[in-house]
Amino acid sequence: MEWLIQVLNSVQYGLLLFLVASGLTLIFGIMGVINLAHGSFYMVGAYLGFSLSAMTGSLWLALPLGVVLAILLGLLLEKLFISRLYGRDHLQQVLLTFGLILVFEEVRSLLVGDDVHGVPVPPMLEASLPLTATLSYPVYRLFISGVCLALAALMYVVIQKTRVGMMIRAGASNPEMTEAMGIDIRRVHALVFAAGVALAAFAGLVAAPISSVYPGMGNQVLIVCFVVVVIGGIGSLKGALMAALLIGFVDTFGKVLLPEFAGVAVYLLMAVILLVRPAGLFGKR
Amino acid sequence: MPNRRRFVQQLTALASTSAASTLLPTIARAQPAKLRVGLMLPYTGTFASLGTAITNGFKLAVAESGGKLGGRDIEYFTVDDESEPAKATDNANKLIQRDKVDVLVGTVHSGVVMAMVKVARDNNTLLLIPNAGANAATGGQCAPNIFRTSFSNWQPAHPMGKVMADKGHKKVVTLTWKYGAGEESVESFKEAFTKTGGTIVKEMYLPFPNVEFQSFLTEIASLKPDAVFVFFAGGGAVKFVKDYAAAGLKDKIPLYGSGFLTDGTLEAQGAAAQGLLTTLHYGDGIENARNKQFRYAYGKAHGVQADVYAVQGYDTALLLAGGLQAVQGNFGERKALYSALEKVRVDSPRGSWTMSRSHNPVQDIYLRRVEGNANQVIGIAWKALADPARGCKIGA
Amino acid sequence: MSRARAQLALVLIGALLLALFPLVAEKFYLQLVTKIMILAIFTLSLDLLVGYTGLVSLGHAAYAGLAAYSLALAAAGVDVPDLWLTLLLALAASACAALVIGALVVRTSGVYFIMVTLAFAQMVYYFFHDTRVAGGSDGIYVNARPETHLPGVDLGNDGHFYYLVLLLLAASYVLLRVVLQSPFGRALRGIKVNEQRMRALGFDVFRYKLGAFVLAGTIAGLAGYLIAAKEGYVNPELLAWHQSGTVLMMLILGGVGTLVGAIIGAFSYVLLQEWFSSLTRHWQLLMGCFIVGAVLLMPEGIAGLPRTVRRWRSDRRFFRDRQPATGLASRADVGAATAGEAAPLAASATSAETAPLPASASAQRPLTP
Repeated sequence: MEWLIQVLNSVQYGLLLFLVASGLTLIFGIMGVINLAHGSFYMVGAYLGFSLSAMTGSLWLALPLGVVLAILLGLLLEKLFISRLYGRDHLQQVLLTFGLILVFEEVRSLLVGDDVHGVPVPPMLEASLPLTATLSYPVYRLFISGVCLALAALMYVVIQKTRVGMMIRAGASNPEMTEAMGIDIRRVHALVFAAGVALAAFAGLVAAPISSVYPGMGNQVLIVCFVVVVIGGIGSLKGALMAALLIGFVDTFGKVLLPEFAGVAVYLLMAVILLVRPAGLFGKR
Repeated sequence: MPNRRRFVQQLTALASTSAASTLLPTIARAQPAKLRVGLMLPYTGTFASLGTAITNGFKLAVAESGGKLGGRDIEYFTVDDESEPAKATDNANKLIQRDKVDVLVGTVHSGVVMAMVKVARDNNTLLLIPNAGANAATGGQCAPNIFRTSFSNWQPAHPMGKVMADKGHKKVVTLTWKYGAGEESVESFKEAFTKTGGTIVKEMYLPFPNVEFQSFLTEIASLKPDAVFVFFAGGGAVKFVKDYAAAGLKDKIPLYGSGFLTDGTLEAQGAAAQGLLTTLHYGDGIENARNKQFRYAYGKAHGVQADVYAVQGYDTALLLAGGLQAVQGNFGERKALYSALEKVRVDSPRGSWTMSRSHNPVQDIYLRRVEGNANQVIGIAWKALADPARGCKIGA
Repeated sequence: MSRARAQLALVLIGALLLALFPLVAEKFYLQLVTKIMILAIFTLSLDLLVGYTGLVSLGHAAYAGLAAYSLALAAAGVDVPDLWLTLLLALAASACAALVIGALVVRTSGVYFIMVTLAFAQMVYYFFHDTRVAGGSDGIYVNARPETHLPGVDLGNDGHFYYLVLLLLAASYVLLRVVLQSPFGRALRGIKVNEQRMRALGFDVFRYKLGAFVLAGTIAGLAGYLIAAKEGYVNPELLAWHQSGTVLMMLILGGVGTLVGAIIGAFSYVLLQEWFSSLTRHWQLLMGCFIVGAVLLMPEGIAGLPRTVRRWRSDRRFFRDRQPATGLASRADVGAATAGEAAPLAASATSAETAPLPASASAQRPLTP
């Protein structure tokens, strides 16, 4: 029975990872921008979740408010900084977004301070489902998994079946031609970046009740995100989903079955996959 | 014109030097050189709040004794060590060689403190450690000029072994991060627990600073031990306690931990932490006048509740004051100062304590239970516990 | 003055200043500049990889760390470690690791290369952090500074150690210059500009890239050895990915693909950090703002500042037109402006490669730095 629960744990962790990493693969794949500040957006979302739910008294209100604020932040950043990076090479993107990480961390420290905070789970979802005599599964985690799946489906629909999605896909494969067809590629890029930021912030918001908010939380999540995106293949949402689930399994079972290798398990996995398929699982060559 | 100006200048010079020379002896007597205190603590990053609390505690003690320690004014030099061991040597050198501090105070992170220990030994600077618990600092690396006012990783966890054995738990599972503090805590707990006949069914570790606990919670549920002992701190502690409760384990398999599990984390943990028993050398609710006065003063000065880190910072200043008083503020005679420091009885909010031979506090370890937003002290888990100082050669 | 002459003059002046520095410096600043010089060696080694071969590694700290640990472990057994022996051992350790890891990772490219180098570095990090091989997360001490056994030279003396590091920095710089002028070095530059073309010309690209990787790893090992010798303390954080990231930052800040930029970057980053942290507790905010400003205003790093100023003078729209194709024209502008570079600076690589159809920022190819 415990095995099944570990499977459930793996899937739930994987889905959450996907939620956080989806924004990164979008920005990376569609705009070609390496965004190291992605972890910071996750942190911004989590702290927004903390402040907004403290102010409004409800996580349900905090969610849409936080997403709106995140979108605005994304648009602002894109206009001020990211738009200047398109002609530049990746190293400069790396450096600029690294600078942004430092700025975000310190602004957070100035605005909210350095303490650890908890965010309350909405009362409706506080229960736990008993799975065995000893173990229960928190309903909120199931809720998060559900949200991730819904979002994945939504992203699929938007990108594959709508006009906006078509523009995004066109912009990704051939920006000049898209421009020539009369589509304002700058708007598309701004939209994609804002969406990426919003996804990261939303992930931070929704996960805040179970992860709590503390300084440095962004950096920890950043590196795992990159691993997900790279294993899955840059720009591929399907890849990110598969990779996230794979990492969920490796991490969960690795900790229990191979504790000595638990630290390196994920990196070993990534190294092996990249050596066998150098562009990731679903990456385009 | 030039001549008159020159004359006036020379007259003024003469007047001021003679005035100064008459005043100088009095000035020199009334104002000994300021004591240069170097604070090397984290002010950014995950441990920033601990660095701030320690600094606040230290300065509160200084303020309470009229802004002086041992009759001497203090000049502070501060360096943010960012909890980065790679920069630690340079940061320590910054204070010791550039700022020429008399006393080095720091730090929180054990990796950083190990570098500081080396620098302090090489330069023969007095080092006061207000937190980092690495056993080696007052163990294999102990030195006459190194003192710790907090705890060794061995100390807070050890009594829990006895407490859990006394409660009748026989089979226990441990879980912590795989790094110095975690491993040293669990080893110490194991030492005490197995001595009384208990067995550790499984010792589990997760990579530091990973906070995905679900797989371990499932494993704990399948092993069904009598109890669980953990070491976590900070954000990880908050998450673990909440996850443990959310998994329904709180009421089925009792959770215990060293005090860091519930220190500075209660507001975030909320209901999940209620009733948890932990052992630590401090507890918010210690019922002595000193603690009450300290907590009141700290709360008034900083608007937040004092925690164990604030107490440790406070005690560091008290220790230094005590040592300086014994040598009349004369820093020059190092040997006298060190032996004075060894004998100081620190009147601390945690209860009074003295130094062990390896320069670590010999202190009572309290058993605390979480009630509301505080760690209430319900008893003394171990009276006057001294770190065994394995490998230390002072006074051996 | 030609660029090469200007650089040579700069280097000689810098070397002279550094050589004279100990005469005026206080102990603390002497040690600080020693540390910066060691970081400069580290950054130089990364420049070989990033700036000249086009391989961006985020795992470079692993080789420095390995060398540092080998000194610590070698010194553990003896009272006074011998410089020559322990240095050789350390360099051999780094070189071997770079050979083994390089052979595996050099097949990948672009951001995948970045990540797989990171992966291996993390594995080495966890090896030292999680095991008790060398003190685990608390780190390990180096018992004593290495002894040269040369008469009159005492590395325990800060001044002597400073000159040793200066000498090694100069030697590394000269070595890299020589290597880059050689056929091997030219091949590397060719690989950076267009790997497929080089392959088509018959070069065994794999061997060249691996060679660069091993050389860079070995020089990084030299830096790691010196850090361990200087500080007397080695901690697994030396191998952590944010150390690799910091070196990369220093390199980009100073200017990629110009060896002197690596040295400038190391000095600027550390000195800036010192200055900012003396101003405020929230110094990271200042640092972050500076970095953002530097990227926007100094696209070629500090070493490339003269060129940036020249371009700004001749074309005031330089900083504003960095938009994604406001029309086909401006993208071609960007391509033309950068393709005309003599030296293969990072910016030109992408556009030179894609000169026929400037559709670089797409997900169709693995991204190349």
